[in-house]
Amino acid sequence: MDKRTKIKAENVDFFYGKTHALKNINLKFYENQVTAIIGPSGCGKSTFIRLLNRMNELVPHTNLTGKILLDGADIFDASVDAVEVRKRVGMVFQKPNPFPKSIFDNISYGLTVNGVKDKNFIDDKVEESLKKAALWQEVKDRLHESALKLSGGQQQRLCIARTLAVESETILFDEPCASLDPISTAKIEELILELKKDYTIVIVTHNMQQAARVSDYTAFFLMGELIEFGKTQEIFTAPKDDKTEAYITGRFG
Amino acid sequence: MKRARIKEKIYQGIFTVLAFASLVFLVGIVIVLFKEGLPIFKRVSISQFLFGQNWYPTYSTPEFGILPLILASVWVTLGAVIVCVPLGVGSALYLHELAGHKQRTILKPLVELLASIPSVVYGFFGMVILTPFLQNLFHLPTGLTALNASLILGIMATPTVCSLADDALSYVPKSFREASFAVGANRWQTLTQVVIPAAGSGISTAIILGMSRAIGETMTVLMVSGGAAVIPHSYLEPVRPMTAAIAAEMGEAPMGGDHYHALFAIALVLFLTTFVFNIVAEFISRRFRIKLGLSG
Repeated sequence: MDKRTKIKAENVDFFYGKTHALKNINLKFYENQVTAIIGPSGCGKSTFIRLLNRMNELVPHTNLTGKILLDGADIFDASVDAVEVRKRVGMVFQKPNPFPKSIFDNISYGLTVNGVKDKNFIDDKVEESLKKAALWQEVKDRLHESALKLSGGQQQRLCIARTLAVESETILFDEPCASLDPISTAKIEELILELKKDYTIVIVTHNMQQAARVSDYTAFFLMGELIEFGKTQEIFTAPKDDKTEAYITGRFG
Repeated sequence: MKRARIKEKIYQGIFTVLAFASLVFLVGIVIVLFKEGLPIFKRVSISQFLFGQNWYPTYSTPEFGILPLILASVWVTLGAVIVCVPLGVGSALYLHELAGHKQRTILKPLVELLASIPSVVYGFFGMVILTPFLQNLFHLPTGLTALNASLILGIMATPTVCSLADDALSYVPKSFREASFAVGANRWQTLTQVVIPAAGSGISTAIILGMSRAIGETMTVLMVSGGAAVIPHSYLEPVRPMTAAIAAEMGEAPMGGDHYHALFAIALVLFLTTFVFNIVAEFISRRFRIKLGLSG
């Protein structure tokens, strides 16, 4: 079956100051598929995922060459507004980072900053997003309490709901379970599998079992290079590259 | 082994003494303030003292009403706040959110340098430059006015406010900004709806400590406020804030006399005011750190 490419990285090189953090990356992300990016610490996987919604621009002294195409259009083109890109490509971070606002306001924020004024629409959207993020049952009676009172796992699902509310098409997960307990982790993974029906998903993870459980495709990064990319099943059962095999069998990293 | 233990004990002792020294000084000062200030209330009641409209300490029938001095301090401090809040908070926002790395490394030390200029130099600047300027601008009999003192104090308090507001902004976790950008907010929205509310109580702390700096400043107000101990009706009149009264009159007040005790009582009022300011600031900033999930 031929799958549509949602995001495509073409000859991407990225520098932090003089450090060559990503070396000639060519990679495709297919629509409505989960792609996992794995690799040891410092391999550039987080750096890479942050290019996909232009979060790298918040860090000074960096330099990028190559293209990242979202539905065929380069998101780094001078005519493209980073704000527009980030609306379409949402992100969930390593540590849950709800705003110090109420649960409701955390989700409505993304709508109001994008110019939505209709109160009923916002109410509906908040409910819908929380339901999609499997958090509604737990918080529906305390929407106006501070989001910081939620547990870590709930906070992370809130952050996912916040991303869903702005109707992005793609969601980037940057080690979303790194600070969560196993039960919360399982809930997030379940959610990712559910969300893939409507979204293209990229997940950076340290945890190879997680990559194996949730992803359709896997990319293995090492020292800023893309070593191998393929169907998850193939990567984990019959890797072509020795380095991939060494990593997934736990010989380093 | 035993020697090392003894050494450790000695160090512990030295540092404990040093740490308690400032507490001893504080308590000492408070005791002296009360001891020297309270006797005035045998002559006048507390309300006569605080709300009396006439400050005639050296008349043959002296009056010790410090309302003109309190109001002068309030006016000058509020004026200074109007100057230092936009300047201080504005420059902190610029430094923290908009300035590039290069501008920041140049500007931040410059703002801090403002704080290291001796207050007498500010006073001199006020007398020589600002006074004739204000006098000509408003056609006043004298340029030494509450306005003059407010402007100079405002500039003096700016580095305090700027530094502390900058700290407050840097306490806002980077993750809040990232989260905001990630849902498609622009810089302005992120700043006004996420960063400033998150840093809000930290910024209020900065403002309160700036006020406390302004209300306690002495040399400058002594030089530029004009020194008239009457209830002010406009910013264009000379005033005599509490600090200026103490500094100007202490030398001529006979020790142990009523005037002397009255000046100490003024110092007590000042002390309690800044004390309250600092407590409030501390309270707010503690709540701020808890709100941001930093340790109290």
